[in-house]
Order: sequence, then C-alpha cells, then structure tokens
Amino acid sequence: MLVTRDFSHYVRAAGAGFQHIDLAVEGVHCAGCMAKIERGLSAIPDVTLARVNLTDRRVALEWKEGTLDPASFIDRLGELGYKAYPYETESAEATEVAESRFLLRCLGVAAFATMNVMMLSIPVWSGNVSDMLPEQRDFFHWLSALIALPAAAYAGRPFFRSAWRALSNKTTNMDVPISIGVCLALGMSVVETVNHAEHAYFDAAIMLLTFLLVGRFLDQNMRRRTRAVAGNLAALKAETAAKFVGPDEISQVPVAAIHPGDIVLLRPGERCAVDGTVIEGRSEIDQSLITGETLYVTAEQGAPVYAGSMNISGTLRVRVSAASEATLLAEITRLLDNALQARSRYMRLADRAARLYAPVVHATALITILGWVIAGAGWHDAVVTGVAVLIITCPCALGLAIPTVQTVASGAMFRSGVLLNSGHAIERLAEADHVIFDKTGTLTLPDLDVTNAADIPADIFELAGRLALSSHHPVAAAVAQAAGTRSPIVGAVEEAGQGVRAVVDGVQIRLGRPSFCGAEALAVAGLDPEASVVAFSKGAEKFILSVRQGLRPDAQAVIAALKDRHIGIEILSGDREPAVIAAAHALGIAEWRAGVTPADKIARIEELKGRGAKVLMVGDGMNDAPSLAAAHVSMSPISAAHLSQATADLVFLGRPLAPVVAAIDSARKALHLMRQNLWLAIGYNVLAVPVAISGVVTPLIAAAAMSGSSILVMLNSLRARSRAREVV
Amino acid sequence: MEILVFLVPLALMLGLAGLAAFLWSLRSGQYDDLDGAAWRAIADDEPPPQDAPAKR
Repeated sequence: MLVTRDFSHYVRAAGAGFQHIDLAVEGVHCAGCMAKIERGLSAIPDVTLARVNLTDRRVALEWKEGTLDPASFIDRLGELGYKAYPYETESAEATEVAESRFLLRCLGVAAFATMNVMMLSIPVWSGNVSDMLPEQRDFFHWLSALIALPAAAYAGRPFFRSAWRALSNKTTNMDVPISIGVCLALGMSVVETVNHAEHAYFDAAIMLLTFLLVGRFLDQNMRRRTRAVAGNLAALKAETAAKFVGPDEISQVPVAAIHPGDIVLLRPGERCAVDGTVIEGRSEIDQSLITGETLYVTAEQGAPVYAGSMNISGTLRVRVSAASEATLLAEITRLLDNALQARSRYMRLADRAARLYAPVVHATALITILGWVIAGAGWHDAVVTGVAVLIITCPCALGLAIPTVQTVASGAMFRSGVLLNSGHAIERLAEADHVIFDKTGTLTLPDLDVTNAADIPADIFELAGRLALSSHHPVAAAVAQAAGTRSPIVGAVEEAGQGVRAVVDGVQIRLGRPSFCGAEALAVAGLDPEASVVAFSKGAEKFILSVRQGLRPDAQAVIAALKDRHIGIEILSGDREPAVIAAAHALGIAEWRAGVTPADKIARIEELKGRGAKVLMVGDGMNDAPSLAAAHVSMSPISAAHLSQATADLVFLGRPLAPVVAAIDSARKALHLMRQNLWLAIGYNVLAVPVAISGVVTPLIAAAAMSGSSILVMLNSLRARSRAREVV
Repeated sequence: MEILVFLVPLALMLGLAGLAAFLWSLRSGQYDDLDGAAWRAIADDEPPPQDAPAKR
C-alpha cells in the first residue's frame, strides 16, 4: 500500500511565486540548533527562506512554488535530529500576537511622548523659580500639548476602549478611573495653557499612560508566550489521519482536511482522530480517554468509534461520520461552555480593587472642590485643586501592581514546569483549598510500564524489548521502552492481534498474548487485576510480563505535601473500583469515588462549591474537560488530550506531579505580593493626597509620586521570582 | 533665546526619528524572537546563503 503525506493544507502562498509553511520543531534550544537547522534547510535548492524563531520554537520556510514537497522539509529536519510538524496558527494565538504588537506600538508612542514632554517640562519647572518669561512658558506648554494630545489619543486606546466596554455593560473596571484621570488632566492642562497659568499636567498624564502600558504589555506578553507553547504541543501531537485517496493508496492528512464520508485507515497503536463507523476489520479499542473506562472494547464491522480512542490490536477501515467537530466532542463541548460561562463571573483582583478605589478617589476630588469653594476660594482654583487630586491618586501603581507580579510569578512557574493559560488563574489557584485528582493519566503516568521487570533475567528482558520494537502495539512499545532497547530484531513478523515472532540463533522467540506463546498456564496465576499481561517465550522458556500504568514517581510525596498545607484531597475517577482503591490506598487518600461520569464529577464539584470550598481540579482526558472548566481553578498534565489542555488554567510538563504543589506555592506567594502591592500603591497615594488637597501640588510632585510608587511596586514584584521551596 | 528656534525643532526631529526607528523595527519583526536574537549575535559567521531578515 502506498502511503504519502499531504501537508498542502498548511501551505500558503507568500506572493511572487513563493510558498510558505510554518513548522513547530521539538528540541531547539540554542544557537547551535538554530544555525544547524537554518543551514541544513537553506542547503536545499530552491529554498529561499529558512528562519528559526527560538522564542516560539518554530521554523518559517519559503520556497519557489511547485518545486518542493513540504514533507521533504520534515524529513530533512528528521535527519538533522529534530522532530517537526506543520503548524497552523490558532485564531486565539493570532489575536494575542496582534494585541501584543498593538500594545508595543502604543508603548513606543507613549514613551516617545513622555521623554519629549519631560524635556519641555523640566525647563518650565526650573524656570518657574527663576526668571522664565511667561511667553516662553506658554510656548513650552503649547509645544507639550502638541506632542501629548495626539500621543495620548493614540496610546490611550487600549484603556479608553476597555473603559467604554465596561461602562456600556454598566460595570466599572480599572480602566474607567484611568481614562477619566487622563482625559481630565489633559483637558485641564489645555484650559490652563489657554489661561497662561503656571502649571500644566501634560507630563503627568502621558507618563501615567506609559507606566500603565508597560504593565499591560507585560501581562499580554506572558499570555502570548503560553499560547505559543500550548499551540506547539498541539501541533506536535500531530492530529493527522490516514485517508484513502484511491482504493489502495492512503495519504496522511491533517484532521482539518477530513470530511464526513471519507474513509480512513486506523492502524494498531494509532489514536482515532474522527468519529465514524467501522466498515472493515476487527480490533480492540481503548476508549478510556472518552469514557474513563480502561477495559478494551471490541470493534468490528458496524461498530462506532469515537475521536480520541486508541486502536490496540487490528487494522480498521473507518467511514467518517463527523470530523474535527465531532459529535461526541460537541456534547462535551456543550457542557464545557456552560461551565466556562459560570466561571467568567469571577472578578479579577485588580477590578475588585478598582471598584472600591474609584468611588473613594472621585468622592475625595469632589469634596476637595466643594471644600475649597466653601472656604472661600474661587471656582477656578477649586477645580484645579480637585483635578490635581484626581491626577495624583490616579491608579498608576495599581495598574502595575497585578501584571508585574503575574509576569514574574509566571516566569517562576515556567521554570518549575508549569504553564499558565490565563493570568488571573494565579489569584484563583492561591485560594484553592480542596484538590480533586483524576486517576488515569494524572496520578498515574499516561504511558505504560513493566511492573515485574525485576523478576525477569536481564538478557531475556532485553531480547523481549528488541522483539517488541517490531510491533505497533502500545503494550509492546511499553516493553521496548522499559527494556531500553534500540536495535530491532531483523525478520520479526507481526501477527495482528496476536503478537510478534522471530527466529534468533535457531531458537524461535515470541512476544504477545499468552496463548500465542503457549504460556496460558502462567498467566492464570493472575498477577495484578489492573495490568495487561504479555507473554514472552524463547524456545521452551516462558515468561509473563505485567504491564500497567504506574503511579507518578513522586505522587506520594506530593499528596503528603498537600496534606501539610491543610488542603483537602480526593480522587474522582471514571475507572473501575479496584483500580481506584489500589491507588487511593497507595497514596493514603481517604476520600475517593470510582466509576464516575463527567456529569457526576461536575455534580460533586458543585456540591463542594456549595459548601464554600475552592476546588482545584487536576485531570486529563476529554471526559475531564467539563469538570476542569467547572472547578474554581484547574490543572492538566501536558500529555492530556488537546481539549482538556485548552480548558485548564494551568498545564504542567514532565513525569513528576510536583508542579502541582510548586504552582500552589508560587500562586499563594504571588497573591500575597499582589495584595501587598495594592496596599503599597494605595498607601503611597494616600500620603500624597493631603498634599494635593492642600492645593500646593505642582506637576513635579505629581510626577515624583507617580514614578516613585510605580518603581516601588515593580521592585516588590520582583520578589515573586525567588523559587518556591522544594517540596519533594 | 533665538537659539530655541533651532533647538526645539531639532529636539523634536530627533525624538520623531527615534520613534520612527522603533516603529520600523517593530514592523520588520525584530521583536518576534528575542531569545533567538540574543543567540544569533554570538553565532559563528558563515555566509548564510539567503538568510535575509524575515520579511512578509
């Protein structure tokens, strides 16, 4: 059968007869890799551009149209030692990138304006105490207005838009007081300039915007980076399917290019990417990802298969009934949307602070104006003083207080293997006091392991591992990995659904079902109810290998660490009871439930919520996606299904479970610092308010108060960088 | 004080030139890969055949 790979879905025209493709590449981390890849790819004739992006771990390639097959690039990268997959930018990530660039542009304009307005302000400040002519001062003020007004109109858009959105929804957020403050400061400055007054506040207003944009940009950049990493992981999982393009010809195409009615081939060891019906073949399939049930199901002609199920033993031909927008997934997605909507009511810390802060500030300003009028001052002087209060209390440091901590904390989490999907997950994670673990793939490792390797002679185990390399069966893959073998046995034959056999030194060796190896007698002496059993025979010698998902190496220590922090722990698993009991017992978790459906999980989470608990859900698998969204905050191992990764607030990498504790610790510390920052910002402003009310505020004091508090808050945020204590 | 007639426009021009340079560098994608740029500076020089800066 002829197999081709078809990546045309990912190729786009780059104009002038060139074509462009983006590839996500695994394992690029230094200048050496970069140079190696760029040189290796540029050496291919007709390639006009090969550029590595080290931040996003991607390669952009361009070549003359019609001369090269994109699959050849992937092969070339494979020869160089890098695993690559075509990458398609998700719309969410594209939005983040565009937003990030927009903020950087605004920041550039605001910073330019700040520097130039300051350059004009300092002569005015010093001139006011020396011998500056009023005409010169007016000239400098007009010049400042000329720079500051267009710059603020351009660079203030992120805030004005957000404030407008909030106001038209009849709520307030941080951007409302910011927008009011900036507009008032600029408006008043223009009026003062017209009236030849001594002070104008163009510098304060535009500097405020600059500082706030720094915070906004940091926040945005952190989210963009996480999205890029998550997007790459999705691409590396290569959601492709083998589609029949002729009676005997199949082509490996991305799932997005598959339509209902197509026929796809599902080989042993492959994960099904579509919903459909079996039209030919017979096999066992593992649907644990969808149902949580770990026992294999037999699939034969007419049986339905769902996206996400793993084909175990035989080859199937499947007629597609629903492609990427699969029916079963649609049902789960529906649950998901409901749950996500429920959570979006949660308010960010900064917005809550703004809700308290804004009325206080506005009331103070109003009282100041009235107070001065009552005290006998003119309306003009009273209004000037009131606006000065508004400017000096403008939440510049408040705007930085949260994003700077988020950025620094997310960097610290990144180093301990945790990626943040949303910035305000930190605040919610810090509050979590009850953790629900899914078992399969979360407490246990997603891949299989040989549990009784120690009972088997090393040379026999190695031989079994070498033989296992010739099979596509996931259990065989686990044996091969456990044995750490690299060289397959030449001439090994795989019998579908049975096992592999080969002849070595005149002795027949077999690996597969116990019956295939003539080892039924040994297998009956049941080892572990959980394990898949494979037999290995060498001539007359027979062995039994027990293969199962092992607990994560540090699971026990992590559970103990969580208990130390007085966090409630329970297991909710869709798996069978004996398996759940075994895990709960091994880890010392008293509370567990087995055989739970996705709806049951949500019900349990709601029940806990009703009791006032803040639930952290740690799970993987499509069946967990709705409960991840329903929980107060959620985490998912990176090996999980794409869907649950996308819904989890945080994802973690690697084999250990320790990132869960590390993330909780970092989040708690970060929340502490955020609160501290908010108080610092408010406290600093409170000190400055009496000065402002007394009516002696000059722009110099306003500028000093603003930058002083901002710098203080930024320095405090840096404390989030220190690594969380080692927990396990 | 007539010197202001030259100095103020000159200062503004310089500022605008800086802004223009920043916007140009942003548009030409120089902030897309900050990690990579740091390493590229110390990479061995070899005539990279068509390694032009990323242009769209």
